[in-house]
Amino acid sequence: MSTAADWRGVAAESQDDFTDRVTLLLRDRSRRLLTSLLRPHRRILAVVLAVVLVENAARLAIPYLVKEGIDRGIPPMQAGEGSSVLTTITVVVLMTVAVQAVARQAFLTMSGQVGQRVLLELRRRLFRHFQRLSPAFHDRYTSGRMISRMTSDIEAIDEMLDTGFDGLINAALTLVGTAVLLLVLDVPLGLVALGSFPLLLWLSAWFRRESAVAYRRTRETVAAVIVHFVETMTGIRAVQAFRRETRNEEIFGQVNDDYRLANMRAFRLIGLFMPGIKLIGNVTIAITLIYGAYRTLDGAVTIGALAAFLIYLRQFFEPMQDISQFYNTFQSAGAALEKLSGVLEEEPDVPEPSRPVPLTEPHGTVHFDDVRFEYVEHRPVLQALDLDVPAGQTLAVVGATGAGKTTIAKLMARFYDPSGGRVLLDGIDLRDLSETDLRAAVVMVTQENFVFAGTVADNIRFGRPAASDAEVVAAAEAIGADAFIADLPEGYQTRIESRGGRLSAGQRQLVAFARAFLADPAVLILDEATSSLDVPSERLVQRALRTILASRTAIIIAHRLSTVEIADRVLVLEDGTVVEDGAPAALIASEGGRYAGLHAAWVESLA
Amino acid sequence: MPPTTVTHPHPAATDPSRRRAGTSLWRLRGYLAPYVWALVVMAVSAVGTVAAALSIPLVVRAIIDGPITSGDRAAIWPLGLLALLLGAVEAGLILLRRWVQASAVLGLETTLRGDLYAKLDSLPMAFHARWQSGQLLSRVTIDLSTIRRFSGFGLLFLVINIIQLFATVAVLLNLYWPLGLVVAIAAVPIIWLSRSFEHGYVVVSRRVQDQQGDVASQVEEAALGMRVIRAFGRRDLAYDKYDRQASQLFDSSVAKVRLSARFWTFLEIIPNVALAIVLLLGAIAVGNGSLSLGTLVAFITLMLSLVWPVASLGVILSMAQEAMTAADRVVEVLDTKSTIVGGDRVLDQPRGRLRFEGVGFAFPDADRPLLRDVDLDVAPGETVAVVGATGSGKTTLTALVPRLYDVTTGRVTIDGVDVRELTIASLRQLVATAFEEPTLFSMSARENVTLGRPDAPEADIREALEVAQASFVHDLPWGLDTRIGEQGMSLSGGQRQRLALARAVLAQPRILVLDDTLSALDVHTEALVEVALRAVLRDATGIVVAHRASTVLLADKVALLEGGTITAVGRHSDLLATVPAYRELLSADADLAGAAA
Repeated sequence: MSTAADWRGVAAESQDDFTDRVTLLLRDRSRRLLTSLLRPHRRILAVVLAVVLVENAARLAIPYLVKEGIDRGIPPMQAGEGSSVLTTITVVVLMTVAVQAVARQAFLTMSGQVGQRVLLELRRRLFRHFQRLSPAFHDRYTSGRMISRMTSDIEAIDEMLDTGFDGLINAALTLVGTAVLLLVLDVPLGLVALGSFPLLLWLSAWFRRESAVAYRRTRETVAAVIVHFVETMTGIRAVQAFRRETRNEEIFGQVNDDYRLANMRAFRLIGLFMPGIKLIGNVTIAITLIYGAYRTLDGAVTIGALAAFLIYLRQFFEPMQDISQFYNTFQSAGAALEKLSGVLEEEPDVPEPSRPVPLTEPHGTVHFDDVRFEYVEHRPVLQALDLDVPAGQTLAVVGATGAGKTTIAKLMARFYDPSGGRVLLDGIDLRDLSETDLRAAVVMVTQENFVFAGTVADNIRFGRPAASDAEVVAAAEAIGADAFIADLPEGYQTRIESRGGRLSAGQRQLVAFARAFLADPAVLILDEATSSLDVPSERLVQRALRTILASRTAIIIAHRLSTVEIADRVLVLEDGTVVEDGAPAALIASEGGRYAGLHAAWVESLA
Repeated sequence: MPPTTVTHPHPAATDPSRRRAGTSLWRLRGYLAPYVWALVVMAVSAVGTVAAALSIPLVVRAIIDGPITSGDRAAIWPLGLLALLLGAVEAGLILLRRWVQASAVLGLETTLRGDLYAKLDSLPMAFHARWQSGQLLSRVTIDLSTIRRFSGFGLLFLVINIIQLFATVAVLLNLYWPLGLVVAIAAVPIIWLSRSFEHGYVVVSRRVQDQQGDVASQVEEAALGMRVIRAFGRRDLAYDKYDRQASQLFDSSVAKVRLSARFWTFLEIIPNVALAIVLLLGAIAVGNGSLSLGTLVAFITLMLSLVWPVASLGVILSMAQEAMTAADRVVEVLDTKSTIVGGDRVLDQPRGRLRFEGVGFAFPDADRPLLRDVDLDVAPGETVAVVGATGSGKTTLTALVPRLYDVTTGRVTIDGVDVRELTIASLRQLVATAFEEPTLFSMSARENVTLGRPDAPEADIREALEVAQASFVHDLPWGLDTRIGEQGMSLSGGQRQRLALARAVLAQPRILVLDDTLSALDVHTEALVEVALRAVLRDATGIVVAHRASTVLLADKVALLEGGTITAVGRHSDLLATVPAYRELLSADADLAGAAA
């Protein structure tokens, strides 16, 4: 039914669409980022600048020396006065070349190194920043886009540093240097030759304006390609099981083609710009030649000077050609920088406190004070929730899907901040705790159970990186994961492949539990954490939980009432409000109660 | 060879000369075939451009040696206008070439990317488990644009610059051969250096590319595991891992910078040294009358016109190197043989009798099989529940039916035909799986549900959603057209599972596999889903992976998977009564005891 166009469906926002009005703001933002990245290197940049000036001076001196050779070196020889002047000039040329060589190598090495340093800093900053942004932001932004920012956009900047930087600096200096030298050689002829500069600048300005738009479009379209690609490869199992290949290729064909068209537009712009520069250059050379010939005949200009003119113009226009090629990389780097600066200026909506309240020995007293929460405006998920959990209590939260159970877990783990009210740990608002203190005190295990590439031991040790091998094994034993790990080809040292490939969902859940056990937090949140376990494993985990939870506060979100049985207290949630609250036995006993009903249904399902 | 472990992620990087340089790039030439005419136009206009560019200095010579020497003012104009004309022709030819070139190289890149994607789509799970998708991503983006850049900008300028180099040297030799010889000799060290540079550069650029892939993999892991990293407050750990890779990439990139700096400098210096020599010798020749002044000026102008083509040869050659390694990496994927290839049979009227016959399965590097001697017979319309401890191979067993993995011994048959004899498309139309971890894509809810049957009528979609208790999608802001966030993150675990179940039901398969699909549902919803599923399972052959007694009751019979093989088959109540291991796995006693406490 659906055409390739409407496969994405509708979403509330598209974060990549910019209106023209904000373009200026964007440029400002990019400039700020660039300045802050370059500031630490300003000393070496000053040296780089000096070196590049020397290099260009040496390069520009050579045609002048040729003129001197022709005008001053040849006449004495024709007059039979020997070649000493010519020899001197040749030696000066060779020395100039040597200076140019040293300066050029120094410039390339130094600017390349600074460039790579800036790139490393940018990579680090971006990664750090993405880490600071809240899960809510990531839900919206999607990991595909984040990956695209951190690979393809960085790559665009890298490419600019690789080739474009050198080319553009040289072009700029050649422009200024040539203009000065032409006027020094002969003012009228120089003015004629420079007559082309306004045209050149106009053409460049046009190109700059047009290609800025074109290149932003290519960045956007390549991001779409990356997002679709990453999702396909991540979900390849579903793709293949449902014969999605053809449709996927159709969709990929479309985003791929969008990217091609965006590129095509950018290429066409260069296709006009480059021959345009060439035409201006050639016309200028021809006019200079004609007018120069007249000036020579009038004796106002020497033949050597005419030759120098032609050489300078050629030297100037030749690289201008390829500048547009480098300019490309500049444009795409500029577009990439815009996006990166946008991400970097994104304020974390779950910000860390600037002056955190220290929490040295967390007890685990939890207090929800008039907490309200809504994902979408005017659609409250929690309304005015008040909840006191004394340290050491095990609280189970039950209720139908969508009742707000997971939201409580996410607020407790500060994945989100409440829309109203406060969540307190040991009397301190979570918003006043440092990230380190908060995460040491509160750990959440979800049904997601992401495993990282690395060994099984590494994955468990994720809970406490300083743990010894013995502690890792002890954690796995306590949770009942030891048996299956010992059965793996290399035990704890078995490498888990990309995205956990070989481990079953239940095994990954056990690893996640061992991880949480090792982390030893004051407050442990289990959000549907046992849903993939078989009955014996769950029983083992249950038994382990009895001891583990004895000394800490726990919030357990579960569909399975079997998990709830170890709780001291049960909270029944309905549409974001607490409808029942009490000890499990008391709730079961209450005639016609909601929990009693759930319990009866569950007992029946076990039949 | 794909990376098999993380410790040796790039076997090919240690031996870049394994492939003859450029072989892979050459193999991709077929992608240029549709653009043969474009290539011809490009080549012809390139040659024309060089000819026009070469003629201009000769016109200069004619003006200096003619009108300027003789004082004939009228003769300046025709020659000057000729220079103008030649200049305009040169610009016109460049315009033509550029426009033709854009569509050709972008066509090449786009087709190649599409093919790579299609290839990756068809490669089996075993391949995807081995390869980090960051490495695949960098091939589809960075490597392809490297190839595109070379085949458009690089290759053409390589040819143009070489033509220009030879043509200019020929003209120079013709103008005044002793000086021409000096220029020709200056070209020798350039060519020699380029070759030795090529050698070192290929190693370092492959290293940089691979490390870019590693950084991408780290980024991907951090992006996908972001919630776990946050829940445990381990961002420093993740950052350190990333930083190590990024720092290694930095070191290699700096090494690359140093190498190219030396090379580019050298390339720019040699023509200037030659210029000094030409100036000295040429001026001497003019001095003793064996060379005209106009010729010397033309000579120097022509020589200087060589500086840029020769110097940019450095950039282009490094581009060529990068393109070759990029092509290696792309061809590596294109050359991967899919181990799961479909047969040519299609079942006309499938009934759905499913048999496992002596089935064994082992992961490639495992020392013992996960499954062995599995025999199981499921009659058409019958539903069997597979019960076993965590990690006993239940999911793998079900994955063998749609051939997400292939058996290592024995065979799986449908209606007596080995699944390996069926076409992949027809097989996967017969079998649909609802996975425990539902994979949702950032597409509309409709697109997600109709994954296996894009042409499903509205009524069927509605019905499938009802069976899976997934009617909540109608309440989403844009109903079925609402985009489900990446991985369906904006939905709860239970909602995601129900959507995935609706997807499997909508596919109307002969064989329906439910891989612990209901684990995240609450008791109430689960009961509703089960009632509806019973009706669906009456018409289809079913395999249900189950942990709970309630789910097992969906099935007509139960198979107990223990130690990699099926140890008991029978009715739930019989097994409960007679098989202790089964009782241990599924008995409700312990739960009830706990609940009552």
